Amino acid sequence: MNGFGDAFAAAFALIVGFDADLVEIVGLSLRVTLSATLFACLLGFPLGAVLAVGRFRGRGALTVFVNALMGLPPVVVGLIVYMMLSRTGPFGTLGLLYTPTAMIIAQTILVTPIVAALARQTVADLDAEYYETLHSMGARAGARMRTLLWDGRFALMTAALAGMGRALAEVGAVMIVGGNIDHVTRVMTTAIALETSRGELALALGLGIVLMALSLALNALVMGARLSGARLAHA
Amino acid sequence: MLRLVTSSAAPDSTIRLERISLRRGGRDVLDGLDLSIPRHGITAIMGPNGAGKSLALRVMANLVRPDTGAVIHGLTDPQDIALVFQKPVLLRRTVRANLRHALAIYGVPRRERRERLGELLDFGRLAAIADSPARALSGGEQQRVAMVRALAARPRLLLLDEPTASLDPQATAAIEALIRGAAHSGATVVLVTHDRGQATRLADHIRFLHKGMLAEAAPADQFFLAPKSPEAQAYFDGKLLL
Ligand SMILES: Nc1ncnc2c1ncn2[C@@H]1O[C@H](COP(=O)(O)OP(=O)(O)O)[C@@H](O)[C@H]1O
Ligand SMILES: [Mg+2]
Repeated sequence: MNGFGDAFAAAFALIVGFDADLVEIVGLSLRVTLSATLFACLLGFPLGAVLAVGRFRGRGALTVFVNALMGLPPVVVGLIVYMMLSRTGPFGTLGLLYTPTAMIIAQTILVTPIVAALARQTVADLDAEYYETLHSMGARAGARMRTLLWDGRFALMTAALAGMGRALAEVGAVMIVGGNIDHVTRVMTTAIALETSRGELALALGLGIVLMALSLALNALVMGARLSGARLAHA
Repeated sequence: MLRLVTSSAAPDSTIRLERISLRRGGRDVLDGLDLSIPRHGITAIMGPNGAGKSLALRVMANLVRPDTGAVIHGLTDPQDIALVFQKPVLLRRTVRANLRHALAIYGVPRRERRERLGELLDFGRLAAIADSPARALSGGEQQRVAMVRALAARPRLLLLDEPTASLDPQATAAIEALIRGAAHSGATVVLVTHDRGQATRLADHIRFLHKGMLAEAAPADQFFLAPKSPEAQAYFDGKLLL
């Protein structure tokens, strides 16, 4: 492979030809990232709601803790999950290290604090507006949280997409717990890192272009969610 | 000391506030307020801005805990009391979904909700806008939804805080019709209003508040013929300042 132009041409050929390796890698990336985002939302939305409207000791400390976790370096998460899942670790017998499941676990840990912190803010803002109305209706805590989460759905969708963007672009955690094994745990970011270091720029560039396109699409979805929410007067 | 008493010992009044005091911003914004709301009919609470009318309503609705005094009523279920605010806060959903949500909160069994929903949409003349996003509606329509939502609880005490303050005459008339309907179906209605015409049209009883205290309590016809308290006289002469 010589020259920039050749690399681009080869990359586009891989994309438009639906190259089998490229499709497999993109597919696994999406599977891991979408699964992690789904689990992060299932954990993060209720956690954010509880932090926003719950009245219990330690709520402030827990909020600070969750906000701090937002800045967790992916390699550190990767390291911790690696130690948990390695043969000598507490969950070693499960044999999950170097599997997509390990990658989903690591990314779930990365994304949950983001989703939870954004959900907390969304729900807290709405609660300030709805507090008297819901209380005067006699709504209990559980019903109040469900109401606030549903009415914050467009902002929460934005939170989920932001979390997904982080997972999709992340390389450190999935590299450590997945091991970048060909046909098993190789995803876009780890493949780009490897192929670039090997000088195989065509596949690296092809994956890079797909990754960029997906990031742009995610951002467009975020804007779309905001705009349609506003237009429907639901936001 | 604060006493919250639940008793049906006073059949002629639905709710009674006794010597209620409430400090806000370093002063007593309710200052030994005595207020009794007759069981039957519509009671209008009047008084200048800042007199404590909204806070008195919130105390009755159990949204604000006074510092001292007693709130006495025989209403055991939180849903016996409903409150409508001057600026309605509707959920970010359709009108239909707002009412369905309220019925769920009020514990109406699932199989009854559809029928109740139909009744409520009819009662509030909301059928044509049932599937519109509630917050995209006009102020008058939103307030109608808020009224119907409050009535979905079938409350025994309906508290209304200046429900028509920012509405045009037509929307005001629609809200007043709903208020009459609620009173007709047996609910005790408390209406905070600045609108003398509205009080004349609707109210059976008047409570006039000034500086967190009761200045005058009278039947409406008597009150509008000639208010006895100097505060109410000054207010209607446009001279009362807080
Ligand atoms: N949180 C608060 N902090 C300070 N002052 C307050 C607070 N809430 C109400 N007040 C004051 O209490 C007085 C009574 O308020 P309100 O009941 O709203 O009067 P209104 O009769 O106009 O409805 C007003 O002077 C208001 O400024
Ligand atoms: Mg007021």
